[in-house]
Amino acid sequence: MSDPILKAVNLTKRYGKVVALDHCDFELYPGEILGVIGDNGAGKSTLIKALSGAVVPDGGEVWLEGQKVSFGSPNDARHAGIETVYQTLAVSPALSITDNLFMGRELRQPGIMGKVFRRLDKARMEEFARQKLNDLGLMTIQNINQPVETLSGGQRQGVAVARAAAFGSKVIILDEPTAALGVKESRRVLELIKDVRARGIPIILISHNMPHVFEVCDRVHVHRLGKRLCVIDPKTHSMSDAVAYMTGAKEPDQHLEDA
Amino acid sequence: MAETPDNYESGLKDASQNVASFDSADTSVVTRIQGALHKTPSLVPLIVLVCAIMIFTGWLGPRFLPQMTLVFQQIQIVGILALAQTLVILTAGIDLSVGAIAVFCSVIMGQFTFRYGLPPAVAVACGLAAGAAIGAVSGWLVTRVRIPPFIATLGVWQIVLAANYIYSKNETIRARDIREEAPMLQWLGLKPNEQFVTWFETLRGITYERIRPNDTDQFLLDLIWQTKITYGVLVMIGLTIVLAYVLRSTAWGRHVYAVGDDPEAAELAGVNVKRTLMSVYMLAGLIAAIAGWSMIGRFASVSPSASTGLEGNIESITAVVIGGISLFGGRGSIWGAFFGAVIVGVFMLGLGMAGVNPQWTFMLIGTLIIVAVAIDQWIRKVTT
Repeated sequence: MSDPILKAVNLTKRYGKVVALDHCDFELYPGEILGVIGDNGAGKSTLIKALSGAVVPDGGEVWLEGQKVSFGSPNDARHAGIETVYQTLAVSPALSITDNLFMGRELRQPGIMGKVFRRLDKARMEEFARQKLNDLGLMTIQNINQPVETLSGGQRQGVAVARAAAFGSKVIILDEPTAALGVKESRRVLELIKDVRARGIPIILISHNMPHVFEVCDRVHVHRLGKRLCVIDPKTHSMSDAVAYMTGAKEPDQHLEDA
Repeated sequence: MAETPDNYESGLKDASQNVASFDSADTSVVTRIQGALHKTPSLVPLIVLVCAIMIFTGWLGPRFLPQMTLVFQQIQIVGILALAQTLVILTAGIDLSVGAIAVFCSVIMGQFTFRYGLPPAVAVACGLAAGAAIGAVSGWLVTRVRIPPFIATLGVWQIVLAANYIYSKNETIRARDIREEAPMLQWLGLKPNEQFVTWFETLRGITYERIRPNDTDQFLLDLIWQTKITYGVLVMIGLTIVLAYVLRSTAWGRHVYAVGDDPEAAELAGVNVKRTLMSVYMLAGLIAAIAGWSMIGRFASVSPSASTGLEGNIESITAVVIGGISLFGGRGSIWGAFFGAVIVGVFMLGLGMAGVNPQWTFMLIGTLIIVAVAIDQWIRKVTT
């Protein structure tokens, strides 16, 4: 196998006395979809936040494409090409879809209007936003400038996923992307995940939804008690195996731990 | 081996292909009004303003309408302060110190000129810089020390006001001294319309013995002459236009709204929340200092005990709230604050001209505040 595109070694994070990450290792290989599953409180979210810059780990290292990186903020990670869709979606309800899509990387008009008067190029941003939402099958949004708070939960999620898919160049992290979605919308998101992989961008998918994880993922990272318990292949393991591992009902075979 | 999937998604085959479209058939008049107000929050204060002007014109007769220019002069200080306040309130904060900053900066402008003999232009620049610096202190307290804005600016308010009295030794600089030695300090009180008429008439060789009478045979010039516009009023209107543009059409403006809406979401989405907040407090301090400069124009003198130091904060918050800007942040437009300030001015002047007990003004304004917030809550229901 080639070298991992994103790798973490010995990540540690404590919140007071609670150890959220306990010398955790992590690897993501180019072009794959890696599922991350684990019980509530296993430390999945902290792991993801450490990889995306939202949490600065107390110890350990993160490597991106063979380079050691340390992200001080989500923006650092985004500049490095890692996009994250958070569970909370991180959208501003009162702002429009376009505003949200381009938050923090707005396009300015060319020439003097953009340089001196810092005027935003709304037409270009709207055009881009509309196209990205069409890719996601969210074309029934009537108005690209409607505030996000007037959208349904699924549509909001669509906006957040579209934002990551539009800008992620190296790694896309999806934290529970289908949690708030109906069957139909979930299907669209899963198709989108496969599309993104087809474009060669690896994805980390955190989910409690076993059928979704087992359908799209190439490998599944099982997280337990703040560290990686094992990595399993969804083709050779069943969902009930995975659930047994992550809840501690069953110990994985020794050879899996090196996977 | 994976379990036999239940294949629950097969039911999707014949499903409609629309994703989450919604039925917007519910278009009763009330819903539509609610929607329009949600999109354009400054509509409410504008409607209130127009109604107030119409009612007072009907009540007091045609003598009220020409007084509107006087309203602008009377509200210019509170109006400019309200613009500063709006910026802070949009970030879900509050700035109790804007009035004190205005007074202190006007004192700095005056004392730097008269105590240290600096050129007035330098003194004005120092005053504006001091305003931004005090704003930076508030911003630092809010972003780095993590003191809630209410508490941080409550402290800064007292400190600045005390510093103002101590530094000025409670001395007033008289209007006459300023007029004779440093007229630039009073520049915002000058009337460009009168300057224009004088310039135009001098050009044509018309001079008057003392002051120009209001009625000459030149109708147009008379009209311009009687329009009571000052540079201070123009600065207030100009600032509103500039801020409206910045908030609407630049990335920084969008970030201000995002930070007020949900700071965590903004941070995760890539906004530098601390830097945005810092710039907002500094800009608010700078605008408050401009209000201080316009105070010298309005009152002609520099007085450390001007009532703005105590009342400016509350009056600016009143204008902002009446202007439909949400105290919870992220909602409202700068025009709302502008209209809010004008509404207060119209009530003050109208009820004053009608000769009723001035307490009625405060009762009306109090009612208006509560109604404005109630409307804000109602508009927000669009979201649920």
